[in-house]
Amino acid sequence: MFFLRLLAGVSSALAAVLIAATALAADLSALVTNLTTGSFGDRETAVGALAASGDARAAPILEALGAGQLYLRKSDNAVVIGKPDGNQLALTEAISGKPAGTGSEAELDRVRVNNRLRGVIEAAVGSLTLMSPDPRVRRDAADSLFKRPDPAALAALDAAIAGEKDARIKTAFQEARAAVVLVSDASKQDKLAALEVVRDKGNRDALSVLQAAINGASDPDVKAAATAAAASVRQSLAGWEAAQNVWYGISLGSVLLLAAIGLAITFGTMGVINMAHGEMVMLGAYTTFVVQDIIRTSFPHLFDASLVIALPLAFVVAGAVGIAIERGIIRFLYGRPLDTLLATWGLSLVLQQAVRSIFGPSNREVGAPAFMSGAFQLGQLTITYGRLWIVVFSLLVFVTLILVLRKTPLGLYMRAVTQNRPMASAMGIRTPRVDALTFGLGSGIAGLAGVALSQIDNVSPNLGQGYIIDSFMVVVFGGVGNLFGTLVGATALGIVNKFLEPYAGAVLGKILVLVFIILFIQRRPRGLFALKGRSVE
Amino acid sequence: MKLGSILKTGMVAAGLLAGAAGSALAQGAPIKVGVLHSLSGTMAISETTLKDVMLMLIEEQNKKGGVLGRKLEAVVVDPASNWPLFAEKARELLQKEKVAAVFGCWTSVSRKSVLPVFEELNGILFYPVQYEGEESSRNVFYTGAAPNQQAIPAVDYLMNNEKVQRWVLAGTDYVYPRTTNKILEAYLKQKGVKQEDILINYTPFGHSDWQSIVADIKKFGSAGKKTAVVSTINGDANVPFYKELGNAGIKAKDIPVVAFSVGEEELAGIDTKPLLGHLAAWNYFQSVKNPTNEAFIKTWQAFTKNPKRVTNDPMEAHVIGFAMWIEAVKKAGTTDPDKVIDAMIGIAVPNLSGGLSAMMPNHHITKPVLIGEIQGNGQFDTVWQTSGTVVAEEWSPYLPDSKDLIADWRKPMNCGNFNVVTGKCGGKGK
Repeated sequence: MFFLRLLAGVSSALAAVLIAATALAADLSALVTNLTTGSFGDRETAVGALAASGDARAAPILEALGAGQLYLRKSDNAVVIGKPDGNQLALTEAISGKPAGTGSEAELDRVRVNNRLRGVIEAAVGSLTLMSPDPRVRRDAADSLFKRPDPAALAALDAAIAGEKDARIKTAFQEARAAVVLVSDASKQDKLAALEVVRDKGNRDALSVLQAAINGASDPDVKAAATAAAASVRQSLAGWEAAQNVWYGISLGSVLLLAAIGLAITFGTMGVINMAHGEMVMLGAYTTFVVQDIIRTSFPHLFDASLVIALPLAFVVAGAVGIAIERGIIRFLYGRPLDTLLATWGLSLVLQQAVRSIFGPSNREVGAPAFMSGAFQLGQLTITYGRLWIVVFSLLVFVTLILVLRKTPLGLYMRAVTQNRPMASAMGIRTPRVDALTFGLGSGIAGLAGVALSQIDNVSPNLGQGYIIDSFMVVVFGGVGNLFGTLVGATALGIVNKFLEPYAGAVLGKILVLVFIILFIQRRPRGLFALKGRSVE
Repeated sequence: MKLGSILKTGMVAAGLLAGAAGSALAQGAPIKVGVLHSLSGTMAISETTLKDVMLMLIEEQNKKGGVLGRKLEAVVVDPASNWPLFAEKARELLQKEKVAAVFGCWTSVSRKSVLPVFEELNGILFYPVQYEGEESSRNVFYTGAAPNQQAIPAVDYLMNNEKVQRWVLAGTDYVYPRTTNKILEAYLKQKGVKQEDILINYTPFGHSDWQSIVADIKKFGSAGKKTAVVSTINGDANVPFYKELGNAGIKAKDIPVVAFSVGEEELAGIDTKPLLGHLAAWNYFQSVKNPTNEAFIKTWQAFTKNPKRVTNDPMEAHVIGFAMWIEAVKKAGTTDPDKVIDAMIGIAVPNLSGGLSAMMPNHHITKPVLIGEIQGNGQFDTVWQTSGTVVAEEWSPYLPDSKDLIADWRKPMNCGNFNVVTGKCGGKGK
């Protein structure tokens, strides 16, 4: 009797387990279907339900949804995940993860998400991926929980902290836990302890969490502690802000330096007012575009090297155009600065319109290679790789140019011709040839600048116009004919500009800098570093 | 005698011939349509496309036999992004070329520059770009959006759907962003947003170094309240702005940016993957799915011989404006400006977003409002749209100067700035 009873009990328990298992599978497919229907609000509920199911299969589905890779196949209404594979999409069944062939965008309906839903998904995935074997995923999970603390994730976080071996990720988990505690209904002691953890994190996200804690605190002690913590974070951030401004200034200075350094040669040492200088920069940028375009269609694996390939080509293209301009127009106008100014200005319009006719008026896309995208943190400074490389590149160009001028025969001839043309000519230097090469060198360097600027500005026929005034400003301010003056001038103007901008605004900041330069030139007409010697007279 | 009679017959014949030629001319002479868009200079980036779309529309209309039995002929001039030149070229189109209507202008300052010319010479201008409102002229038909057809619904969307509480209003320093931001600021305050939760920032045209401003936005956004950026940044400056946002890691989930001047054309120059989820408010997106739009995209890509060429909102405005003008000319039976202007009001034509747009008595049109999120492929996904079309408020009710004004170009009112409080035409508000 007892045995029979036991048997019945076991079998009913087994049956219950079986039913539960099938119910779970059915549930999951129903939950997944819910993701694809209804309004954005309905889908938000569906995401929550799917995350709450705790099913391991939920995380990849939600991730695909957040990335816009979840599709509904039109032919059979199956929910599939599509990853780009050439022009097609490689499909896998969402629930089973089995491959489901390939398909094109036209055969599939993408499940649409909006920002709000993406945020909800990120938080949901965050709590599901806390235990992921990939440390980067765990860290991202901690970060997203920190930004969007959800009291329901507390238990998962505690478990994750207990199991974590990597000290840095453990800290990130603890910070996330603190943020979660602050929005939960934990005790006062817990909250005060959590405030300290968040304060020690000390960045903008932490400040955001602290501000939210101040706004939401009901207990006066917690509120006071949160206010104090926020104040201390703000204070430490203020110091970083000054450092940030210096960095921005250096970065802006490097862009100015790149744009101006070619002009420092053509205008500074040859005395040619070249209004078409900006167009040489533009030609460099378009060369980059053409190189990338060819690479994209024919050699996609070389994409990360595209800028390196573009550099010599841009130098040659812009340099050749520069030599052609010098031989064709400017050499007839030496000693007539006004005529040169008008002729080169007209030329700049011709070049712009030529590029517009060939490439069309709209912006061209120049992509960033992997090593130039994104940013890294230095303390509380956010430094973008693109800007960092441009600073490095501008210094490299500067040093190379100095070496060319000081150590090569061409540099020697150039200096000789600028210092005393008749004497150089008498010594057997072919001055017209040196003139053409000097102008070509200045233009070629502008072309190099174009490659770098294509990364931060838009590649359009108007690209050069934005830099021509600034370039002249830098060269005149730094001292005509002095390359070090150009370096110091560019950096100084960049930093001054960036310290003025937060207080005066971008428009007024620019005006103030201009006024400052005008006044400065009144005091020192030859700029920061005046050339001394006979050539000046 | 004989000679005389021969001469006489000759003269009669010549007269007959001339007469025949004259009447043939009256029947068959093409109707001239002016296209006033910059093909060189800074604005060429945006305006060249509009010139192309006008050429396409005229070609398509001629395939259907033109209008009133006459062919259409495009007269294209290039005002070269030079505002005073816009006025000169407009005068040339109206006086020398005697065009029946002009489609043109992009920036508000170019519109303001040609306005006196159109009023003096009684021409017709179709203006296709979203603008700041605060204007209604008898000679201009505004087929772009007024602020309440773009800016205000976008702010409402962010407030209701994304629960935004702090606002950065960033714009280029000129009339459209300044007026739009003034309207938005008044609107936000009326909705209970505090002064300290609004940050207004202006930058010069073609601004390219956005590091400080992006850092400011990040700083403003770390006050524990959801923050959004409302961008009226114009033209070329958008590309470096979005590049900097992407590099600084500001994601749309954290601080969404909603733009009023960024369309498919502008996105064509950027890698949009880091911008996923940033928003734009327009009255049309290329991604809108309906047969009219699909047919239009097909014709456009065939016309430009570029299967990847994108379409955008101001193009749609020209499509609507051109269709309305054709209808009005048919209705009036002539291209005479006075008759066409009177015939325009009340005309409704299909728009490309899948509905009808009608010309209202204030010379603005009804439009649906769409909010879209940027996708990785440079297109927008519509995430919200008005259920019907929205009527333009040419005079904003949120500005003290204009809240009492209305425009109605029907008789007997026939006034672009009628003050409903004083009951007089031409009055500014109190």
